[in-house]
Amino acid sequence: MELETQRMDCLTLLLKMVMRLATSIAMLTVIYLVGYILVKGIPNLSLSLFVWEYNSDNVSLMPALINTVYLTTLSLLLAAPLGIFAAIYLAEYARRGNKTVQMIRLAAETLAGIPSIVYGLFGMIFFVVTLKWGYSLLAGGFTLAIMILPLIMRTAEEALISVPDAYREGAFALGAGRLRTVFKIVLPAAAPGILSGVILAVGRIAGETAALIFTAGTLAKVPQTPMDSARTLSVHMYTLSSEGLHMEAAYATAVVLIVLVAIINGLSTLAARKLTGGFHE
Amino acid sequence: MKIVFFIAAWVAILCVALICVFLLANGLPAIGEIGPLNFLLGTKWKPGNDLYGIAPMIVGSVYVTAGAVLIGAPIGIITAVYMAQFAGVRLQKLLRSAVALMAGIPSVIYGFFGLVVLVPVLRNLFGTGKSVLTASILLGMMILPTIISLAESAIRAVPKSYYEGALALGASAERSAFFAVLPAAKSGILAAVVLGIGRAVGETMAVVMVAGNQEIIPNGLFSGVRTMTANIVLEMGYAAGLHKDALIATAAVLFVFILIINFLLSLLKGQEAQ
Amino acid sequence: MNKISIQNLNLFYGSFQALKSLSMDFQENEITALIGPSGCGKSTLLKSLNRMNDLVSSCKITGQVLLDNEDIYGTMNVNLLRKRVGMVFQKPNPFPMSIYDNIAFGPRTYGIRAKMRLDDIVEKALTSAAIWDETRDRLKKSALSLSGGQQQRLCLARALAVAPEVLLMDEPTSALDPISTLKIEELLNALKRDYTIIIVTHNMQQAARISDKTAFFLIDEMIEYGSADQIFSLPKDKRTEDYITGRFG
Repeated sequence: MELETQRMDCLTLLLKMVMRLATSIAMLTVIYLVGYILVKGIPNLSLSLFVWEYNSDNVSLMPALINTVYLTTLSLLLAAPLGIFAAIYLAEYARRGNKTVQMIRLAAETLAGIPSIVYGLFGMIFFVVTLKWGYSLLAGGFTLAIMILPLIMRTAEEALISVPDAYREGAFALGAGRLRTVFKIVLPAAAPGILSGVILAVGRIAGETAALIFTAGTLAKVPQTPMDSARTLSVHMYTLSSEGLHMEAAYATAVVLIVLVAIINGLSTLAARKLTGGFHE
Repeated sequence: MKIVFFIAAWVAILCVALICVFLLANGLPAIGEIGPLNFLLGTKWKPGNDLYGIAPMIVGSVYVTAGAVLIGAPIGIITAVYMAQFAGVRLQKLLRSAVALMAGIPSVIYGFFGLVVLVPVLRNLFGTGKSVLTASILLGMMILPTIISLAESAIRAVPKSYYEGALALGASAERSAFFAVLPAAKSGILAAVVLGIGRAVGETMAVVMVAGNQEIIPNGLFSGVRTMTANIVLEMGYAAGLHKDALIATAAVLFVFILIINFLLSLLKGQEAQ
Repeated sequence: MNKISIQNLNLFYGSFQALKSLSMDFQENEITALIGPSGCGKSTLLKSLNRMNDLVSSCKITGQVLLDNEDIYGTMNVNLLRKRVGMVFQKPNPFPMSIYDNIAFGPRTYGIRAKMRLDDIVEKALTSAAIWDETRDRLKKSALSLSGGQQQRLCLARALAVAPEVLLMDEPTSALDPISTLKIEELLNALKRDYTIIIVTHNMQQAARISDKTAFFLIDEMIEYGSADQIFSLPKDKRTEDYITGRFG
């Protein structure tokens, strides 16, 4: 201990302090943000926020919550099979380094980098206007499906690749074809990882605003058909805070949104951990 | 079945092509009609008078992104060093879940937080609440988790021997971490920062809520500012004709920015792989 | 009787030749051991007998491999080939599912769905791999919960469940402890009544103990092939003698 302190020169001390400071700032930021919203929001949580009908006096978040579930389901129904099948192609069928594969990867990376507002704009012009779907659950669902496709593709491909080749060899050696090997052996083994990616995508959907305002629209009602406009919880949050008329309700809504997204992301981490645990028993 | 998988894989390419075609088919004619120079360098955005210059928005995006990186990158990288090299196992777990939580918080919540906390505080301190500075701080917060988690794994990927080698020469743990390990993780950390830039450039809702959104070239830290993303989301709802196409052209310019960032990223990844 | 007959087999990985104009026969109901230093093409040879080499895209093969006088690289369905020629790998590779489902995977692949029949097949396969007593009460448990030696016998049972004619074994005991190794060796001795067994091993004593015929490989060719007794007591080739007496390799 003596020696240690003697060797402690100025620069070392400075580095040490800078490190503590930076980490504290980063952590205080998240603690303050979450803490602030919880403290201001929880007292404002009331049953009236969860009644079936939204109106301008009582800005119930229930329709938005239900819409979020609808929209998530729709986007997943579209993007999950596509993304997983694409990942199967990349991981199980394509030869490494082939031109098409490189193009598909490049496309997926490009999609992943596109800002959500550009998706929103594209969705509005293509689905809402050109295909004449109007502001609708359907338009929002398709837009978000494209947005989460690269995420599902990448996580599913990683999960498939992490399945040991010994499983595939074992199945082939028993005379199972590639398709049977993929569906009966590789996919079940990769399921937790794939699930983790899908749940992550659910989190993205639940938190998305910019891509939805002009595709799914902002109507605070539970839609009767997929062609009806429907605001999700995040869009609801945005409208409340930009109108500025119902700040108490906005705080409370923020609490619900944060808790929802935190739970979703927690589940995703849990699933991912199951994948890495599975192969080392 | 193979053909089904193959087609599914092609959907990604199809989507990118569709988005590109749509942005270019609508955006390019608009840029042609407005005049490329008038569009990119014009300082007046007045759709009512058919003036569509997006220079204020380009400058605005660059300003707030630069601000965000100046704030987020140092804090993020140094935090990553601490997490990778110094934090104990339990603290590491705690920090990592905090970062994961931060990454998962929707941008509309960040925007709301900026609106109800940052804006009043900055208004009291500097007179203006919605400004380049506010947007930069908020975006800096938002890109922290991206930078921290990617920089941390880059630092972790550096062989232990670098650190131990420096220690063996008598350098302190801190010196070893910053002057032996950190430089070795350079390309990975750069990639983290570039990804952070991508996130900041593309962020919309949070910025709209705290930036003021005046279509002027900001003349200082405390001036209001409108980014390209904000420009689109603010006017998309009611735009028609050339105005609408000018917004699509704005998105096309934004897309080019993102492509450049992606290109840089793949260069850095290639370097890292070596 | 010849079960498998190899005629003038050449095998390349890209431009690297792993096997050079090899011709040899494998007798029915015998254990043939392939010995030789690492990288001499023993495992490659084994994999070319059930076409597992197909999975390596750079692999090119010329010549013939006849199974009951039929060329396996001809019109034969590769999945049916692998049903007839089973394989046990160096490292135990049970699937991450229950013991029962591991064994039933093969039969199910060939369309056997009836519970009664599957139960019967599972019991028979586990019994012939001498692991029925250890697993009969835990068939629904994960196969990954078994010990390494048990896992390898499970993999053997899994291979037996599709009623193969030939068993290929790629150093099946190299990852196991001596007791588990002994168990597997005893099993092989019992199994050769019904199967043709070809085993790659690095363990000279093992080859001497269990094999009827032994083939010695060096670099890319077969140096000597004969009865185990002859190879291990009176090797004709100096290089074989050097190898089995431990002078190199």
